[in-house]
Amino acid sequence: MTDVLVLLVLLPLAGAVVAALVPARAVVGLVVAVAQLALGVVAAAAVLRDGPVLGELGGWAQPLGIGLRLDGPGAAVGLLSGVVVLAVAAHAAAVPAATGGPGYWPLVLVTVAGLQTVLVADDWFTTYVALELLTVGAVGLVALGGRRAYEPAVRYLCVAVLGSFAYLVAVALVYARTGPLALHDGAAAMPPGAATATVLGLVVVGLGLKSALFPLHAWLPAAHAAAPAAVSPLLSALVVKGSLVVLLRVWTGLGGDAHLGTLVGLLGGLAVLVGGVAAVRQERLKRLVAYSTVAQVGYVVLLVPLVTPSLLDPTDAAAADVARLAWQGGMLILLAHGLAKAAAFLAAGTLVQVAGGDRVADLRGIAARAPVVVMTFGVAGVALAGLPPSLAFVGKWQLLTAAVAGGAWWAVLVLLVGGLLTAAAVARVVATALRRPDDDEDDAPAAGAPVPRRVALPALTLAVLAIGAGVGSAWLADLTLVGTGVGT
Amino acid sequence: MTARADLFLVLGAVVTLLGAVRLLTTADLLRRVVALNVAGVGTLLVLVALAARGPGDPDPVLHALALTGIVITVAVTGLALVLVRRVEEDDGD
Repeated sequence: MTDVLVLLVLLPLAGAVVAALVPARAVVGLVVAVAQLALGVVAAAAVLRDGPVLGELGGWAQPLGIGLRLDGPGAAVGLLSGVVVLAVAAHAAAVPAATGGPGYWPLVLVTVAGLQTVLVADDWFTTYVALELLTVGAVGLVALGGRRAYEPAVRYLCVAVLGSFAYLVAVALVYARTGPLALHDGAAAMPPGAATATVLGLVVVGLGLKSALFPLHAWLPAAHAAAPAAVSPLLSALVVKGSLVVLLRVWTGLGGDAHLGTLVGLLGGLAVLVGGVAAVRQERLKRLVAYSTVAQVGYVVLLVPLVTPSLLDPTDAAAADVARLAWQGGMLILLAHGLAKAAAFLAAGTLVQVAGGDRVADLRGIAARAPVVVMTFGVAGVALAGLPPSLAFVGKWQLLTAAVAGGAWWAVLVLLVGGLLTAAAVARVVATALRRPDDDEDDAPAAGAPVPRRVALPALTLAVLAIGAGVGSAWLADLTLVGTGVGT
Repeated sequence: MTARADLFLVLGAVVTLLGAVRLLTTADLLRRVVALNVAGVGTLLVLVALAARGPGDPDPVLHALALTGIVITVAVTGLALVLVRRVEEDDGD
């Protein structure tokens, strides 16, 4: 099984090199995307069946060699990455204008390799290097957006690397304290106290910067909105999740901290409200979708304060139940957001192209010209807001149950208001798209060619998956718990 | 040895903070890249100071981490400078 872990990283890396050299870049990208999805399915099935998959690179044991470990959350995000990358690649192959240039394919594959390395790395330091690989690939992808994107790309790069420095200091502190650098079992060597709180604080700030956790989110809307249409989905659905998974792994690995956990939860709640309100108020479509990502990151970290009591006192059975529910709920929201946000960004990119402008007001009457794309945006919005039977609904329900059982009433309020805000933002777009164009307008846009099916289909597939995956999602919820030590 | 290492530890933390604050408060892109490097130097100072804190020889693993950090910072700075140049070329048009 170790081979699968190595292949998950090496295949996209080799694909990036080949895609940079041969002219048929889109073909290479699509082939790698299909193979990556297949590997993701194999890995997830193995993790679900036998528990976390372990491996050592080149037969060298830790700490000399690089230890590999794929846990449940890693396998689940890997599966998400396989689905999203394949759909986005299909869209990009159908609409070359959405890619921003031929550099798109190698950069996408480098970014995928970075994400997979983050997911399979078992030691603190390899994770640091992998996060940098992910960042550099993502910054390159943002810069494909052309002259308007260069400045957001530099801002993104500087902020993300600053976050890495904070993480690097945390790595050094843990190493100086404990010696070996395995990520998943630091709790024994680092007893709760000032040192652990310092390390966790540095990791929360550092990875919070990379994941756009409120109030460290200012770079995200500019960068994600300026990126080309086939890049924004990857950034919002996947790149942000890489650092988020590491943050959660470190938190559970080190055993958490009660006060810091409450603070992270409060920041998550504020992120849901601030991001939601900002999304409703945006004039430009892609910024609206980007602000919704800020809100969704907030949902995911709501699980942190609910999981922490069980980490601090593993013998408490009631706390363990709450922790399991909250962890599953947060991770399901993370996965649902990946599917739904990728669909929303792909649809938004197509709508901007058809409308010829990126303001929400430009979309007036566009439903007559691109009905399937508007429907895709609406379905993705329903999935984002978490209406039943979507995957986000299952996640929110679990998180709500955990919040009630754990006595975190404010989290219940945040979850309900956040869903309303998302629904309001999406409804505004769909309502504008459905409105009849003004009759007295002389320059009413001529009915252009309809959007071809191969352009509309990948986004629609993702949106339908985001809804449909909620049915029978018990296996996915179980998968997210494997090997995390939460609630055991 | 440990007292001097502690001094460098504090110095490193201060330099990192100064760089971080400047990075987050300035709008000028080139200044941001320089501030990022200042913060990076502070971070590596913390790593080297931590390596020297224990009894006996400094810990080589932390030095290796610092070296990797330097390599990554150089590469990232190169990428950032290319992007800054493109922004300024566009402004010049």
